[in-house]
Amino acid sequence: MATSTLGEYLRARGVSRRQFLRFCATSASLMALPPSMVPRIAAALEVARRPSVIWLPFQECTGCTESITRAHGATIESLIFEAISLDYQHTLQAAAGEAAEHAREKAMKDNWGKYLLIVDGSIPTANPGYGTIAGVSNLEMLKEAASGCAAVVAVGSCAAFGGIPQANPNPTGAVSVSDVVKDKPIINISGCPPIPVVITGTLVQYLTFGKIPELDALGRPKAFYGQNIHDRCYRRPFYERGQFAESFDDEGAKKGWCLFKLGCKGPVTYNACATTKWNNGTSFPIEAGHGCIGCSEPKFWDKGGFYQPLSAGDWGSGRTIAAAAGAGVVLGAAAAALGRKRQKDVEAKQS
Amino acid sequence: MTLLDFARGPGLQWSVAIFVFGLLWRLVGIFFLRTKPDLSEPRNPAKWKGLRLIALRSWPRKEFLEGTAFGEVMGYTFHLGFLVALFFYVPHLLFFESVFEGLLGTDFEGIFGFRWPVLPTAAITFLSAVSVAALVAVLIHRITNPVKRLISNFDDYFSWLLTVAPLATGLLAYAHAGGIRYETLLGTHILSAEVLLVWFPFSKLIHAFTIFAARGATGMIFERKGASL
Repeated sequence: MATSTLGEYLRARGVSRRQFLRFCATSASLMALPPSMVPRIAAALEVARRPSVIWLPFQECTGCTESITRAHGATIESLIFEAISLDYQHTLQAAAGEAAEHAREKAMKDNWGKYLLIVDGSIPTANPGYGTIAGVSNLEMLKEAASGCAAVVAVGSCAAFGGIPQANPNPTGAVSVSDVVKDKPIINISGCPPIPVVITGTLVQYLTFGKIPELDALGRPKAFYGQNIHDRCYRRPFYERGQFAESFDDEGAKKGWCLFKLGCKGPVTYNACATTKWNNGTSFPIEAGHGCIGCSEPKFWDKGGFYQPLSAGDWGSGRTIAAAAGAGVVLGAAAAALGRKRQKDVEAKQS
Repeated sequence: MTLLDFARGPGLQWSVAIFVFGLLWRLVGIFFLRTKPDLSEPRNPAKWKGLRLIALRSWPRKEFLEGTAFGEVMGYTFHLGFLVALFFYVPHLLFFESVFEGLLGTDFEGIFGFRWPVLPTAAITFLSAVSVAALVAVLIHRITNPVKRLISNFDDYFSWLLTVAPLATGLLAYAHAGGIRYETLLGTHILSAEVLLVWFPFSKLIHAFTIFAARGATGMIFERKGASL
C-alpha cells in the first residue's frame, strides 16, 4: 500500500486548505450530514492512507471510466480519485498483458484483505470466452479478486444490476457483481454512467468512516440514492400544476414544462442527478430537455419504452383480454337463453 | 419482477381480462333476457317519455329529503370525487390514452378532435381526500343506522373497502407516506385498482353499468301504465 496520506498528496498538488474544507463541506452536504461533521471528515481525509484499489472492467462500454476521468477540469473530486492508489485498471494503465496482470497480483498479495475492489461492467456467464483478460475469464477473475478484498464497489448499472448486457434476450448470460460475490460487502453505485461526484463521494464516505455507508434495498448509498429524481426536479411545480410538454419541440417544452407525458421515469428513479447535476453542476438530462430514462434502476432497458409514460399499461398482445371478452359474451348469451327458457316454462305452467 | 412491473404488466392484463369477462357476462345475460309481454291497453303510448326517470331518480325528492339528504350528499360527494380523480388526473389520463392507442391505434385527440382536459394535482388531491372522508362517513352511517346495518352484507362492506383502497393508496403514493419507496406505493395503488376491477362485475358495484338502463326501463314501464313519475 502506498504510504503517503491524502492530506500530503493534496497539498503536493497545490490544493489549498480552503479548497479542501470546501470539498469536505460539499461532501457532508451530499451525504446529508450536519455541518458539525465537516471537521471530522477533514481530519479523517487528512490522515487517510491511500488505499489500494483494483479496478476490474468487464462487459462495459468504458462510459463509467469516462465519467470519472472526464470530470470537467482538475476538480478536487478527481484529485481525491487520483489520490487512491489505483494499482490496476487495464483501461487506464500504461502496462498491458502479463506486466499488468503481475501488478494486479502483486497489489492483491501486498494488500490481502484490505484492498478495495471496483468493478464496472457485467459478468458474462454463458460462455467463459465471452469476456477474458489475459486468458482468464471475467467470472474467474472476479471470484479471485473478490476473495481478498475488503469490499466491492460495483460502479455503473452493468456491474450493479446487469445493465444493458443483461437486457432481453441477454445473449451472454450477463450477471451483476452481487450475483457472483456473496461473502463480501458490496456497494452499488448505479447509473449509466454514475455521476462522478457520487463515485468519489462514496469513496470519501468509506475513507472517512472506515466502513460501508448506509445502503438502500438495492445496495446503493442512501446519501446519494435516497430520493427520487421527481421529488428534486426543478420541473416538479409544472407537474403539480398539470402543465406538460406534449412533444419535444412544442410550446410547453420551450417553457420547460414537465416531461412526464413524454416518458420521464423521474418518479421511480433514485439518483442524485437533480441535485449534484453533471459536468461540474451544469445541468442534468431533464434540464437539457429529455426525460429521465431511469438508468440507475435495475432492468431499466426492459421496462417498456423510454418514451412511454410511466402510467401507461403494459398490455402485452391483448389476446387474453380478447379471449375473455369472447368468453363473457358466450357465457352471457347462454345465461340469457337459459333464463328465457325458464320464463317460457313458467308462463306455460301458468297458462 | 418488481411489484410495479407486475402491476403494470400481468396484473393489469389479467384484472382487465376478468373485468371484461364478468362485465360482458352480466350485461349480455341481463339485456338478452325476455321481456314479459304486456297485453293490456297502454295508458300512454309514448312510453319512451319514461326515460325521464333516469334524471328524476338522480335527484332527491322533497318529501323524502329529511331521511335521504345525508346519503344523497355523501353519495354525490364521493362519486364525483372518485370520478374526477379517475378521469382528470394526468397519470390516469395517460393510462386511458394507452388503452385508446392499444385498442384503436390513436389517442383521445385523434378520435374526438380535442385534448382530454386535466386538473392540477392539488385539486385532485383535495377531491380524493374529500372522497375518502365521505366514504368513511357513509360507512359510519351504515354501521350506526340499524336499518342499513340489517340490510348490509359482505358485498357492501367489501365493495366499500375496495372502493376506498385506490383513493387511499393514491393519496399515500402522492404523499410518499411513511418513507416507503414511491414505486412500492405506486405498485400498491395500481394493484388496489386491479383488485377493484376483478371484484367489480360480480358485486353490487355493477350498478355503475346497470343503474341508468334499469331506471330507464322502469320509467318506460311506468309511463306505459300511466303512472306519475
